[in-house]
Amino acid sequence: MARPLINAPKSVRRGEVFDIRILIAHPMESGQRRDDVGKPIPREIINRFVCTYGGEEVFRAEFFPAIAANPFLTFSVSAVESGVIVMTWTDDLGASQFESIEITVT
Amino acid sequence: MHRRMLLAGAALLALPPARAGATKPEVAAAIQALTGGAKLRQGRIKLDIPLLVENGNAVAMTVSVPDAVSEAERIRSIHVFAEGNPNPNVINAFFGPRSGRPGLSTRIRLATSQTVIAVAACADGTFWTDSIELLVTLAACIDEI
Repeated sequence: MARPLINAPKSVRRGEVFDIRILIAHPMESGQRRDDVGKPIPREIINRFVCTYGGEEVFRAEFFPAIAANPFLTFSVSAVESGVIVMTWTDDLGASQFESIEITVT
Repeated sequence: MHRRMLLAGAALLALPPARAGATKPEVAAAIQALTGGAKLRQGRIKLDIPLLVENGNAVAMTVSVPDAVSEAERIRSIHVFAEGNPNPNVINAFFGPRSGRPGLSTRIRLATSQTVIAVAACADGTFWTDSIELLVTLAACIDEI
């Protein structure tokens, strides 16, 4: 999988709620389309996204083929302590993409 | 006479798609499985999608929670269904205690003009819903490579 783009603040105040915006390049093949000779193209999508903060799960999503190509997602997190936010995308083939960001809570 | 018929036709086209009775059976079943038969109430969550979609391949969708709710009423999960898609499920999102504002934005595919339904499950065991009926001029799913 391609390297994702993540947009999140580097440092936040304690208790502040901040948004994380993520984008990953992926065709999200829906399984509904057919190729030139009419053969169905098998489904191949990212079906799972998990975000943990300091080891605790804060947000999890199950994607279906109705999510557009190059899935983009915005969600929010409440700043508790400085730590690492780890995000994981998993696709139908079982491949995973990890990405982590450090967040400083002041 | 002719002109009047044309006008009537134009008015029909401009109307949003007729709501086929209530919810489509498979969507109703999916919601039933989610709520376990609990009552769905309007409110607490807000679904935002353009009412007129020019390209169904990528439609910006936001589900938000406009009013703050108490810890006991915390929103645990949000589920979105698109009635007119081959597979009505769109996204299921689950929020942990550390998630700030429950809610999400993403881009979705819409196969045709239809009703999109969002359902939120709260920690107090209640379920809330919001839906939008919209028109899609260029549908997703039909394009070939």
